Amino acid sequence: MKGTNLGEFEELVLLTIAALINDAYSVGICDELEKQTGRTVKLGVVHAVLNRLEEKGLVKSKLGEATQARGGKRKRYYSITSAGKSALLKSKEVRDQLWSMIPQLSLKRI
Amino acid sequence: MKDLKDISPPKWATQLLSWYCKVELLEDLEGDLNEYFERDIKVKGVTKAKLIYVINVFKFFRPYTVRKPEFINTLINWIMLRSHIKTSMRSVARNKLFSTINIVGLAVGMSVSLLLIAFAHDLLSYDKFNEKGELIYRITSKAKFKEGYSSKFATTPVKIGQLIKEKVPGVEEITMLQAEFAGDANINGNFVPLTGFYAEPSMLRIFTLPLAKGDPTTALTEPYSIVLTETSAKKLFRAADAFGKTIHLNNLDYKVTGILKDVPFFSHLQFESLVSYSTIEPRIAKDPNLLKWGNVFQRNYAYILLQENANAFNVQAQLNAICAQENNLDKDAQVQLTLLPLYNIMMGDDLENSIRPVMPRIVLWVIGGLAFIVILSACFNYTNLSIARSMRRYKEVGLRKVIGAGRSQVRAQFLAESVIISLMALLLSFGMFLLIRPQFITIAPELLKMVKLEITLPFMLLFFAFSIVVGIAAGLLPALFFSHVKIITALRDVSTAKVFKGLSFRRALVVVQYTLTLIFITSTAIGYVQYKNILEFDLGFNTENILNISLQKNNPEELINKLKALPEVSGVSQSRLLTSVGNVWGGFIKYKGIRDSALVFTNIVDENYIPLHQYELIAGQNFITRPKTKDATSEIIVNEKTLKAFNIANGDPQKAVGEEIVLSGFQQVGRRLIIVGVMKDFHYGKLDSDISPVAFTSLTPDAFLTANGRDGLINVRVDTSDPIETMAKINEVWKSIDPVHPIEAKFYDDSIEDAYSDLSAMIKVIGFLSFIAISIASLGLLGMVVLATETRLKEISIRKVMGASSGNLVFLLSRGFVMLLVVSALIALPITYLFFEKMVLTRFPFHKAIGLELFAGLLTVMGIALIMIGSQTLKAAQSNPAEILKNEQ
Repeated sequence: MKGTNLGEFEELVLLTIAALINDAYSVGICDELEKQTGRTVKLGVVHAVLNRLEEKGLVKSKLGEATQARGGKRKRYYSITSAGKSALLKSKEVRDQLWSMIPQLSLKRI
Repeated sequence: MKDLKDISPPKWATQLLSWYCKVELLEDLEGDLNEYFERDIKVKGVTKAKLIYVINVFKFFRPYTVRKPEFINTLINWIMLRSHIKTSMRSVARNKLFSTINIVGLAVGMSVSLLLIAFAHDLLSYDKFNEKGELIYRITSKAKFKEGYSSKFATTPVKIGQLIKEKVPGVEEITMLQAEFAGDANINGNFVPLTGFYAEPSMLRIFTLPLAKGDPTTALTEPYSIVLTETSAKKLFRAADAFGKTIHLNNLDYKVTGILKDVPFFSHLQFESLVSYSTIEPRIAKDPNLLKWGNVFQRNYAYILLQENANAFNVQAQLNAICAQENNLDKDAQVQLTLLPLYNIMMGDDLENSIRPVMPRIVLWVIGGLAFIVILSACFNYTNLSIARSMRRYKEVGLRKVIGAGRSQVRAQFLAESVIISLMALLLSFGMFLLIRPQFITIAPELLKMVKLEITLPFMLLFFAFSIVVGIAAGLLPALFFSHVKIITALRDVSTAKVFKGLSFRRALVVVQYTLTLIFITSTAIGYVQYKNILEFDLGFNTENILNISLQKNNPEELINKLKALPEVSGVSQSRLLTSVGNVWGGFIKYKGIRDSALVFTNIVDENYIPLHQYELIAGQNFITRPKTKDATSEIIVNEKTLKAFNIANGDPQKAVGEEIVLSGFQQVGRRLIIVGVMKDFHYGKLDSDISPVAFTSLTPDAFLTANGRDGLINVRVDTSDPIETMAKINEVWKSIDPVHPIEAKFYDDSIEDAYSDLSAMIKVIGFLSFIAISIASLGLLGMVVLATETRLKEISIRKVMGASSGNLVFLLSRGFVMLLVVSALIALPITYLFFEKMVLTRFPFHKAIGLELFAGLLTVMGIALIMIGSQTLKAAQSNPAEILKNEQ
């Protein structure tokens, strides 16, 4: 099925959502990604990816409570779905498998 | 420090976001942007934060965020269209006065715009018939001569053709055109004048010019081949088949090798025939003067067709390289060549040696701008009157909203109404268009040859689209106004609604309208007075009753003798060219004291010219000797300015007589001449130039002789009470000398008038537009006055009952409107005055100061406006209060 494969950035966003647990909303994800990867992450990109992930059914979202910050606008919190979880696991599996195929020696020589 | 929490992001950007963004995404996105904004304020400052916010709003305009168009609403609007049309028609029918004012006003404005659309369409369709038109370019020159003169030419140095063929890759075809083929074709003893271009065989491949007969590949190959158009073939050979025939012209035989389908009207190249370029090639090759790089004066044109994949920039770069090389070799002139796309020729700059008159783009923009103002004025009327009438439609709108109409539906209804009015106006304006079209074409004679203004189907569609656009533009503001009406205010007692809301806005519209109108009409008045002044200007010599006849290569002596025999003719002279109408002929004078030679304008005249035109000689006398050849001339007559420019005898005319100067022209070597006379300064050029040094030399029988005769003018002074009769007699004399060519004669005063025809055309156009602007503005004002008086009818009646006189009431009612006019006048008059005084008239050093004509337009406009205001208010003031106050509501 088209769309089940995760792109590199999609995977990162998905992992961040999983890691942030209850505080996964767009700006928070953005900040966390910046902190972890050390590269500048644009809100627009994160926003688009979140939207795509939700379309694919890998994450779900709900609006939070209104607060004083953000001009009184509610945050949209994202959480990972079981499809999202299996997609993450699958991609980890593929990676682990590939890692296991590399003999220790061949890496050391590089 | 200001509390950071209070600073909010730009409101319009937030609105934009909420307008385009999907509802389900909006809140979160807005919050995100706010969060960033708050952060940025702290880190980067307020300005930058706002900027970033705005950029982000634009950046989030993406397929997944953008709302899908609301199909349901659009659908409903379409279904409602019938209802909108029906109610609109009712509304139009119910308010006859306002509908008429709006329809007539819009129609008048639109007819002008239609004319302009037709005009622009015609100009834009020039040369589009060429299949490869986008790849065709003409080469134009910008030349700067050693003597300091520089100008742009449509012509090129003749050798560029060969140079391009040899050196420039990317050029598929090139043809040189030489526009000097002319003569009288001898067809079985009948002489028929024939003109044409010398052209290379590639001409027929570059342009889409299909041959009806003949082989396009060889038709222009052999020397002395001629290709006729179908029309000229008919002119020469009548019904007989011209193909293969021989034409005897200027003692040479040309063979007809092809018959060309007639050149389309919308081709900037218009010709009767094409003659093979190989005919004149040997002549060109032998003439070193023609081959000079700086000689762009000959009528040589170069057209190139680029290869399909070629880049015009590369070809231009190659041309620049050639120019640089040739400019190094030529000491007399620097020529820069440029590629001019074929489609830009007709609407390009006015170049010297132009192959035909063109219409510079700027003229179109100016007229377009003026027409736009006129149509805008008509739209103002609509807007103004609709909003002013709003009170009467408040209830209607309120009721519509109650039964569920949304803003978009109310908007749609009012737009439908204005579009319907505009379509009605289109019908009317179409009739007006047909009426003013012939007037427009006769404004300038060259327009007749330039545009057709024919009505075609695409035209009709364009007009239709145009009227819809106008309708929407006119109805937009009222539609927005009514769609924002609140139900409660609308249905509550209407009198409490703020009907006069937007009054200052409407007043502003009226002021703008009248300001523009006043600027138009005042410009017309000033322009007209200046134009009349130019025509009556004392040029320094007498032009009255002088008829100038072009010699057209006939024998001057015979003609002069026969003309002198006429009793009405009191004097005859000869000259090289007609001055004071923009023609110039120059030479270079060198005087002993001054090292460099400098330009003087010259004319070659006979001994009768100066007395005939009553030039004033302030020293010396007329030509004394009668030389027989150019080289034998020894005398020159100069004007005062020449003495000053060269400091001859310290500018003293008496002492200057007898001084020797050296005169040289473009092709002549220096001739030593003695000053025999000094003329009082006169205007050699048009009145937009200063008086410059001028010198007259004597006309000799061999002057300006061409291969087969002599050009020049015969100046005839006629004293007659019956000019038509005299012209007939002169025509008869001409026919006895030259039976082939019709006489080309024109009175000097008429030639001067023609020389300023562009000025008179401009005045006519602006005059016409100002007439239309006045009509529209007056209609609008009339509507406003009627409305205002009707609305205040009860107030007037009560005032009357209380004892106000008619005079008091008229004053009360018209005060506001008159104030608006006064404000308009205070804006318009200084603007117009400064515009003319500082920008336009500075180009005419000999202009008259602006006088009372400045106020002529104001008086007219004020007069019309006062009549309207006065009549309406008087009507209201004289109404019977009992009648009006009797009915409640």
